[in-house]
Amino acid sequence: MEIKINLNGKDIVSTIEPDTLLIDFLRQQGCLSVKRGCDTSNCGLCTVFQDDQPILSCSVLAARAAGHKIVTLEGMQKEAQGFAEFIADQGAEQCGFCNPGMMMNAMALLRENDDPSDEDILNYLAGNLCRCSGYEGQLRGIKNYIAYLKRSGKEDLS
Amino acid sequence: MKETLQKVNQPVRKKDAMNLLLGKPAYVDDITPQNCLVVKVLRSPHAHAMIEDIDVSDAQKVAGIEAIYTYHDVPQNRFTMAGQTYPEPSPYDRLILDQRVRFVGDAVAIVAGADEKSVDQAMKLIKVKYQVLEAVLDFHQAKDHPVLVHPEDNWKALCPVGADNQRNLCASEYNQDGDVDAVLASCDEVVERTYHTRANQQAMMETFRTYCEIDPFGRLHVISSTQIVFHVRRILAHALNISKSLIHVEKPRIGGGFGAKQTVVAEVYPAFVTWMTKKPSKMIYSRTECQIAGSPRHEMEITVKVGAMKDGTIRAIDVYTLSNTGAFGEHGPTTVGLSGHKSIPLYNNHLEAFRFAYDVVYTNVQAAGAYRGYGATQGIFAVESAVNELAARLGIDAVAIREKNMVQEGQVMSAYYNEMTKSCALNRCMEHAKKLFNWQDKSKVRVMPNGKVRAAGVAMAMQGSGISGVDVGSATIKLNDDGFYALSIGAADMGTGCDTILAQMAAECLECQVDDIIVFGADSDASPYDSGSYASSTTYVTGKAVEKACCQLKENICMIAAQMLECSNDDVEFDGKVVTCLSNHKQVTLHDIATQSMCGNTIATQVTVTHSSPVSPPPFMVGMVEIELDKETGQVDILDYVAVVDCGTVVNPNLARVQTEGGIVQGIGMALYENVQYNDKGAIAENSFMQYKIPTRLDIGKLRVEFESSYEETGPFGAKSIGEIVINTPSPAIAHAIYNATGVWLRDLPMTPEKIAMSLCEE
Repeated sequence: MEIKINLNGKDIVSTIEPDTLLIDFLRQQGCLSVKRGCDTSNCGLCTVFQDDQPILSCSVLAARAAGHKIVTLEGMQKEAQGFAEFIADQGAEQCGFCNPGMMMNAMALLRENDDPSDEDILNYLAGNLCRCSGYEGQLRGIKNYIAYLKRSGKEDLS
Repeated sequence: MKETLQKVNQPVRKKDAMNLLLGKPAYVDDITPQNCLVVKVLRSPHAHAMIEDIDVSDAQKVAGIEAIYTYHDVPQNRFTMAGQTYPEPSPYDRLILDQRVRFVGDAVAIVAGADEKSVDQAMKLIKVKYQVLEAVLDFHQAKDHPVLVHPEDNWKALCPVGADNQRNLCASEYNQDGDVDAVLASCDEVVERTYHTRANQQAMMETFRTYCEIDPFGRLHVISSTQIVFHVRRILAHALNISKSLIHVEKPRIGGGFGAKQTVVAEVYPAFVTWMTKKPSKMIYSRTECQIAGSPRHEMEITVKVGAMKDGTIRAIDVYTLSNTGAFGEHGPTTVGLSGHKSIPLYNNHLEAFRFAYDVVYTNVQAAGAYRGYGATQGIFAVESAVNELAARLGIDAVAIREKNMVQEGQVMSAYYNEMTKSCALNRCMEHAKKLFNWQDKSKVRVMPNGKVRAAGVAMAMQGSGISGVDVGSATIKLNDDGFYALSIGAADMGTGCDTILAQMAAECLECQVDDIIVFGADSDASPYDSGSYASSTTYVTGKAVEKACCQLKENICMIAAQMLECSNDDVEFDGKVVTCLSNHKQVTLHDIATQSMCGNTIATQVTVTHSSPVSPPPFMVGMVEIELDKETGQVDILDYVAVVDCGTVVNPNLARVQTEGGIVQGIGMALYENVQYNDKGAIAENSFMQYKIPTRLDIGKLRVEFESSYEETGPFGAKSIGEIVINTPSPAIAHAIYNATGVWLRDLPMTPEKIAMSLCEE
């Protein structure tokens, strides 16, 4: 079947098998940041945005994304760059395999809530598993990034 | 020493951090072609069976199917998938495919096709007639069981590890120092307890995966997510029965390993397909396959006897370990050794005698392998718990009994191959942890207004730094144009950051920036030989090779400069940027030396040094945990976890801290949630992340990590290891806290709310 999707800002038309999962479609399209970590929608590695909302691309048929706007980390490089620096400064990326999903979901959180508490952060990202870092370094990095955004926001105002 | 360090002991950003965070292609499936054969394995539904007949004719008719292989098609020489130095202690007990299947999930057929759909369809059409056999599922019954897991004549053990396939024994040993029974008989108090740990999964986020192709020279080119490129080459040569010279193995970025990828779990299948068809192929394990046919921790049952006097002086420890290696013997004979040799020495101070004996048995369950901690984790849970039980019986504070008995710097550890601890800050770790955690107050049990109970627990741990006298680390350092350096290693960065910390060491020696060092590895054709990244060896062993190689390269740089400056070799000084002639004060820059080295030069600007260590200096640590326990439901929440680690000089404080935090969280999972249970047919219940619960970020409470560094003179810049030790304290510390909260000792992991609630009912 043929689907039309707006992928990372570009309208594309593609012929797919009807049972193609969005995750596999996206990887075929070269969006290799999208990772599969489980078979049961438990790990959060495949998180992408559909119409600006985070979804698990392993649990959505590509056909269901037809007509929608899909954004992967490939389409968020500029926004992600500044945030990534803060995770890197903690050494919390470690193996990196879970990073794209965590990055996407954390950016989704910050779009919804620019001043989340620790509890907000932990709850929002609870579905993003990481086996390397123990999560603490990610939390430190996210908090430092939020503090940085607040500081630079104040500077912008003044 | 520490004051003078410039690049080592700095929180340098990991060299690959930004690209990984931004999701750039880096892993096996990202960097290899998509249009290659998809390889999958048909797996046994039976724990023990003989394949009477296997009919692939219908399956072969599926459009897109390239090849289907059964036990008829594979070489008949047995090998081990364990990534260990040759001759491997693990018995040669595998074929790529065998007529006898030995666990639920064992390989029955290999299917290769154009796409996943055709392969899935073909797998359904393979008709297998099994003669189902009685399975050995209870590891207590395995030794001398009438049913043999490996009755075959061509089973063989290359090393004298006490293995006997006619007794279901993968290994056994008995060793003793002093008269344990006599000392125990003269002790005021002897605690004897048995502890049980499960076959936990590493659960690295990137599952096992391998891509293979034939290169322009007709050689097998393997790109795999592995910790051990050189062992993979040898093991594939054994499995395929081809020359090692025909195989080239490299690893890209690895999405976590934790020891899982120290075993050749996935590689043999695509390697066989590509070698037979000469076509590129790829195998990507599903998460389910990782859970049922991976390479998990050895399940162990450990019986500990600790003998002490009324004042808490520990005089004798007796450990017997029964280890379950499952259907195959990967890492069976070696993991078990750590359960005694890296637990008993913690109590070296007044120890008069010890005994350590073990049996490692074959059973018809998933084969075990290497997982962070490698047997020490299991042994330390048992010995630390037994010491906590002893302290409770004697009415002595659990910290005080450790302060009295813990190993001290300068002591010879009889239970650790008589090695002397030349660097040990365990006493300082305890002192520091006590203060940071506020043990004095928090160790008091507190009932909260909501009825929940707060309590604390403590444990110590040790590990090694590489395998003494065995592990080999090498480094090649090369001067390039403009004066930047290329560091080439055979150790595998699996996310831990070894590429970065080794570059820090090189930059320290060469007095340059870390960015001036590019790092390459690991590639069996191009890298200098390295045993691989396991056994907590990379910082300590490969790091020392880096240090030595850089010192040698510096000498060569000075020789080239001396020629340019027309002075003698011993009359020059290199400060990282320029070489100065001490007598005529003329200078030449590194940039110019590098340029000169490429014109009419005969002095090598590339140096390779190989290092191995006769000792394996243990890192030490203390973990303290505060929990809140709900007596009605058995729910345990971790409130606060304090860890103080002595890993020698901390090479990169950020990365060492994250290693520690990550290890503790894995340890919390092992302690509280990560269960592995078999049904009566031998199938694993926890075969996905739905059932196998690894900790989320809501489960971990507050982690606080600090370091108390000793200085290990045999390590690079005083460093020891960090990677494995950090998983060892949570299980015993949490068990201790649960006892303090409830009065019940849990000796069977994981300590689930159900178990806690049920044990409180029994009370």
